Amino acid sequence: MPSEKKTKTAKPIIDDLIIRVCVGTGGLAAGSQEVIDEFAKQLKAHGIKADIVKKCVNKTGCRGFCAKDVLADIILNGKSETYQLLTPDMVGRIVEEHILKGEPVKEWLVGSEYHAFHDKQTKILLKQCGHIDPEDIDAYINIGGYEGAKKALSQKPVEIIEEIKASGLRGRGGAGFPTGLKWDICSKAEGYPKYLICNADEGDPGAFMDRSVIEGNPHSVLEGMIVGGYAIGANFGYVYIRAEYPLAIQRLKIAIADARKKGFLGKNIIKSGFDFDIRIKEGAGAFICGEETALIASIEGKRGMPRAKPPFPAHKGLWGKPTVINNVETLSTLPTIITQGAKWFSSIGTEKSKGTKVFAITGKIKNTGLIEVPMGMSLREIVYDIGGGCERNRALKAVQTGGPSGGCIPASHIDMPVDYESLAGIGSMMGSGGMVVMDDTTCMVDMSKFFLSFTQNESCGKCTPCRIGTKRMLEILTRITEGKGKEGDIDLLVELGTNIKLTSLCGLGMSAPNPVLSTIRFFRDEYEAHIKDGICPAAVCKALRRYTVSVDLCKMCGKCFKACPSGAIAWEKKKPAVIDKEKCIKCGACYEACPFNAIL
Amino acid sequence: MTDKKCEQILEKYHKDKGSVISILQDIQESFGYIPEDAVFWFAERLNIPASSFFGAATFYAQFYLKPRGKNIITACCGTACHVKGSAPIINRVREDLKIPHGETTSSDGKFTVESVACVGACSIAPVFIGNKKVFGKMTMEKASEMIKELDKVKGV
Repeated sequence: MPSEKKTKTAKPIIDDLIIRVCVGTGGLAAGSQEVIDEFAKQLKAHGIKADIVKKCVNKTGCRGFCAKDVLADIILNGKSETYQLLTPDMVGRIVEEHILKGEPVKEWLVGSEYHAFHDKQTKILLKQCGHIDPEDIDAYINIGGYEGAKKALSQKPVEIIEEIKASGLRGRGGAGFPTGLKWDICSKAEGYPKYLICNADEGDPGAFMDRSVIEGNPHSVLEGMIVGGYAIGANFGYVYIRAEYPLAIQRLKIAIADARKKGFLGKNIIKSGFDFDIRIKEGAGAFICGEETALIASIEGKRGMPRAKPPFPAHKGLWGKPTVINNVETLSTLPTIITQGAKWFSSIGTEKSKGTKVFAITGKIKNTGLIEVPMGMSLREIVYDIGGGCERNRALKAVQTGGPSGGCIPASHIDMPVDYESLAGIGSMMGSGGMVVMDDTTCMVDMSKFFLSFTQNESCGKCTPCRIGTKRMLEILTRITEGKGKEGDIDLLVELGTNIKLTSLCGLGMSAPNPVLSTIRFFRDEYEAHIKDGICPAAVCKALRRYTVSVDLCKMCGKCFKACPSGAIAWEKKKPAVIDKEKCIKCGACYEACPFNAIL
Repeated sequence: MTDKKCEQILEKYHKDKGSVISILQDIQESFGYIPEDAVFWFAERLNIPASSFFGAATFYAQFYLKPRGKNIITACCGTACHVKGSAPIINRVREDLKIPHGETTSSDGKFTVESVACVGACSIAPVFIGNKKVFGKMTMEKASEMIKELDKVKGV
């Protein structure tokens, strides 16, 4: 560690001090920069030289447990303690008691759920996220970074392709196409130059694993690109990344510049005679650009519209040349497979789904964050053991995977293994790894309307089934949520959805009806309740809600009274609240505000 | 003034293939939106039809053909934010800022409220971005505070 040498000039008690503060997007939003500044200020106030402070307060990428941000490790004389939910005003006491006196502030340390969250995981990809400074290439090299690239460049490209094939690695972007096979096709395709594109256009609402990997360990992505580029014979790579990820773009730019300086990118990299360089292309806000051919059109500066396949990009891709497009996670896994071997990698996971998968677990779950588990782990273990169960201990209703292209897994299937085949079997998909947990306060009709309005909005408009079909489906769903549903609407949705899936041009249209079809399959009764009884069982659909206060559950705290924007709630101390139906605008503010679930 | 800004952008990209989107991004960065004049300026010099620029500008959500408010509030409409109740908060913000129905900018030009599919910060949902600063775990009260904070910094 670079900090060790310099700290010798400081007071003996802080002979060896490292403070690691998470500065991912989650951490920064929770105020980690303020915490870092406060640490620096406090340490300086205690007579510790500024340059030491600068070196011992490390920024690290996301460690996944975003629910308890700001997280910070204090490593004092080799002993590490982790604090959670830090705010700047807590720093003073930590410096006084922990750093100067060696007594950690016990009540602020992470609890058992932090350990439970991490213990069940198998970290390959996320291993270094949260431990190394993503803006320091030496930190990456010190932990064995770029060894995979060195090893790969000493082999023949065909040997690497065989190794990746043997590892069983499948694309982590959604469809799960075998990576080795994709490379094989492209390496044999005629045409020069060839291109490698890293797809970092993580558009799925509810997924943020690619962002976190780039923010936490950008060099692993670059190293993976070097390996992939060498294997397929490409001398140039693009990273197509969403403009909505400014921090990730910034870290990637730093990483590319540093890698060039160290000779990992550019001409004759690592003195192997192989040239490889990488450029960043910022996306401009179109979900469809995650689709391979649309992504290529976008890099070429055109409207991001997909085209019919074949020819596949491996034969005719960017500028009409053979192109491989790999997802961030796929690329980031490669260096470890090269260094540790295909055998090791394929020993993890199930028969057809090898290795680990990163999931972003969000929604109504206690421990939101980023997790990495072996393929085939049961959904129950993910939701309850790692995720800690639903918020406020409410009942789990379903888990949505695969974003707007996927479907819902009802709570009754909680014991199913999570791998490519099992998810496809239940009408969902792996997708990029977003996992949104829903409890009994989530309305499934509203959810499918949400996803469909997303895909409808993002439909590029090129093919009719997707452009018009999704529009009609959305109209029907809107009608149902407004209490105007008709007899036969459900069957109409199924018929439309099935046809859109069969006739759309690209993956977006082919999967757009999935959320609707899967919720109809498992929650048909909820649709029927909306249409026939005029009730939204989860009390989400505004037009169908009628708010009342349960006199039994009401603790007379007055929170609903304060939350109500229209003055529709009458409340006095020691009296239960009453809602005036005339004045109520059905905004749901009281429902959200009630800590006792007394608003029905 | 316009010419000078455009010259700088042209300098950066004139040799590259497929730079239409990058140029549009830079135009927007410089001007805050995509002025029609700027598009014709580039179309002429690069010998690319203006329709290619307008085609891309209208296709991608990121580009704006009209000037925007002084303060930009971006509401995340991702799944996690939706599940955690972002919709009522967005409505409240729009109401508080008196943004007319079907518009994104308040009539006094002080605020623009937009939505984005997902900012990838689902762990702190619901998320808002106010002038590039991320506000997580939003509630009705925090939204009002955010507006006050933004208004104070940039003012009228």
